[in-house]
Amino acid sequence: MSVNNEFKPKIVAFCCNWCSYAGADLAGSSRLAYPADVKIIRVPCSCRVNPMFILRAFEKGADGVIICGCHPGDCHYSTGNYYARRRMTLLFSMLDYIGVEKGRARVEWVSAAEGVKFADTMNSFVSKIKDLGENVRLGDIRCKN
Amino acid sequence: MLKIAKKDLASLFALIKESGELYLPVKVAEQTNFAAYEDGAEFDLDTLKSVKSPKDVFFPQSETLYTCKNEGKTIKITPEELVDQPFVVFGMKACDVGGIEVLDRVFLSDPVDSFYAARRAHGTIVALACHEPEESCFCKVFGIDAAEPVADVATWMIGDELYWKALTEKGEALTEKVSSLLTDADEQVVENEKTAIRAIIEKLPYSDLSLEGWNGDAVAEKFDSKLWNELYKPCLACGTCTFVCPTCQCYDIKDYNTGSSVQRYRCWDSCMYSDFTMMAHGNNRTSQMQRFRQRFMHKLVYFPANNDGTYSCVGCGRCVDKCPASLNIVKVIKAFGEKGE
Amino acid sequence: MQELITRAKELLENGTVARVLGWKIGDLPYNPEPAFFETAESLDKFVYNGFCGANLSKYMIEASKLEGKTLVCLKPCDTYSFNQLLTEHRVDRDKAYIIGVGCKGKLDVEKIKKTGIKGIVSISGAEADSACDTLEIDTLYGKKSCAYGDAMLERCHVCKGKEHKIYDELIGESRDTADKERFAEVEMIEAMSPEEKFAFFQKELSKCIRCNACRNVCPACSCRKCVFDSNKFDSAQKANVDSFEEKMFHIIRAFHVAGRCTDCGECSRVCPQGIPLHLFNRKFIKDIDELYGDYTAGAEAGSLAPLTDFKMDDAEPSIVNERG
Repeated sequence: MSVNNEFKPKIVAFCCNWCSYAGADLAGSSRLAYPADVKIIRVPCSCRVNPMFILRAFEKGADGVIICGCHPGDCHYSTGNYYARRRMTLLFSMLDYIGVEKGRARVEWVSAAEGVKFADTMNSFVSKIKDLGENVRLGDIRCKN
Repeated sequence: MLKIAKKDLASLFALIKESGELYLPVKVAEQTNFAAYEDGAEFDLDTLKSVKSPKDVFFPQSETLYTCKNEGKTIKITPEELVDQPFVVFGMKACDVGGIEVLDRVFLSDPVDSFYAARRAHGTIVALACHEPEESCFCKVFGIDAAEPVADVATWMIGDELYWKALTEKGEALTEKVSSLLTDADEQVVENEKTAIRAIIEKLPYSDLSLEGWNGDAVAEKFDSKLWNELYKPCLACGTCTFVCPTCQCYDIKDYNTGSSVQRYRCWDSCMYSDFTMMAHGNNRTSQMQRFRQRFMHKLVYFPANNDGTYSCVGCGRCVDKCPASLNIVKVIKAFGEKGE
Repeated sequence: MQELITRAKELLENGTVARVLGWKIGDLPYNPEPAFFETAESLDKFVYNGFCGANLSKYMIEASKLEGKTLVCLKPCDTYSFNQLLTEHRVDRDKAYIIGVGCKGKLDVEKIKKTGIKGIVSISGAEADSACDTLEIDTLYGKKSCAYGDAMLERCHVCKGKEHKIYDELIGESRDTADKERFAEVEMIEAMSPEEKFAFFQKELSKCIRCNACRNVCPACSCRKCVFDSNKFDSAQKANVDSFEEKMFHIIRAFHVAGRCTDCGECSRVCPQGIPLHLFNRKFIKDIDELYGDYTAGAEAGSLAPLTDFKMDDAEPSIVNERG
């Protein structure tokens, strides 16, 4: 029996209901392939994503977290993604500052029409996380067993 | 009386470690706290008081009690194993040992806390007399003698030597194990040190603190005092005093969801916190004044009422040193004394 | 200090204020406590010296709910916090009579003790009116001395300036104490490798005992119920089981006050374990300055905080990967 030792990263994707989630839908109905390791959590807007959600996801075992929202200027609520952009920039900078590998968390803007971009983004993110390996620094040891 | 040169302490610790875990004051990032000693760690016997009291050696800040895991249609419950290997705590001060005696009254009386009891049964305490007591110390007020700690082994750091005296069977056993490193010593040197320490203690600003009026019978009188309304005001409701305290013993029990199992653990709780003793109907202490009062009433009135007059304060002075608002038990006692309440 | 007491008595007696919020003399040379004084006689115990580090703005949140005005003594850095609380509608300007008190740098007794001084009986040189360059300290183990600058809180070495940003009147003189680069420590960490950064914070945060002193003392932390206290949410973990809990707490604590933190340094002052908590807050301040333009929280009341603001052409989060 062969054992598959390949690292299968756990990815959490927070997708805005109006753009990216629909983009994911389009990717699915267009039969575009992206890894099944990506678990999508639908949020009303990218700015609904509290920094704590991201840290919590890492704590509970996620290896990568990606936040997808409408393109700047296209927010369903006009300005939500602008706020999200500032918050996430600061949070990612803080993660870098405490010694977390760059690139474990990412923000991408994906519209409802961009099924292809959604699939591409997920593919590239998963491959990036595969390169980085398992998330050790932000994980809680209690969740490892 | 035995002794060992200070420079040989590392070998003493290495030898003790051969037969089990050794806890001693270790300096990490400028702060000294008791921790399991590992090779290369920087032990620090010069700092008088560790930031946290060493109570966490016997009563850890957090400990898992059991784990529940889904296995098919059943839930498998695995209790955490009790400590069953001997270990040594080195460098506890007389007040810290006094703190353990207070914890014993809580955890070793019926119903016995098996986790705590197991640690007490397997732990040997080597206490260290306080070479230079500090201004925030007031152990004398509670009848504790910092010059002569009562533990399994008592030690004194005098000049370049550590003097060692076993006081109990456990202490004798430990002394036996490390006897190759110890040499005979002159009792008189230690007597002189004790005299010197006691002379300093007499001069400490808090040594004449009066506990008059604080006893188990004073419940109603102290509880209803209007002074609490004034005293609590600077309190920020943080848990610093309770977490550095050697006698605070309140804990909370919580569940941690690991995703694949649930760990039930207990962790220190603080009566300063708004969710302390929260029950289904809500909380029975709804203001910070009540929470503040609870802490001091517990230490100076309720505890003696239930424990033959023993206070649940040992005068270590950590709260005096650490309170962000410079409040502490001494100020409370003094305030009542001044008002004659 | 006498001038301050006299003026406070006057304002109490003529009914301008109903109480005075200041510091009460402690029972050791270095532990005055924040206190409310309601009568002229009680002001005999009022003290203002180098050990009055506590930022009284925080207490004004509660005092704003009381009947009548509160006279509050604010040091220059405390006025930033007061302004910030005004911006957030957490204090009432009409309920405060602000006396801006002079500041010659505040002292940290822990720093004095770290130099090996113990058994402190008395300290001279810390008085507000006549602060000296050297503290003369009488101890049970002999006379000692310590340079004022060596005993100062970290925050005073990077002082924002001796100007009060909001006040009704000023009493006392201040002196410039800044002698260090504010962002030097942050830059030092930024220059480390990820492994070194991680090891640094791991070591510092492993000391955290989750006592919440940093949060409770913070004038920007003014939520009625903190998310970390909520028993309806998984984050109320008082546990000290794994260092990640502490990391999350400290990142979120600092993040929640990002753009609102005035860098008053209270978090680092009160930490019983001496964790340099300001390093988190100051990192956010530095990033905000660099990415969104210089901003000083509390410099003026009513300003729009960087995280409740945006520009169309703000940097993308991926900039983090490109910066150093």
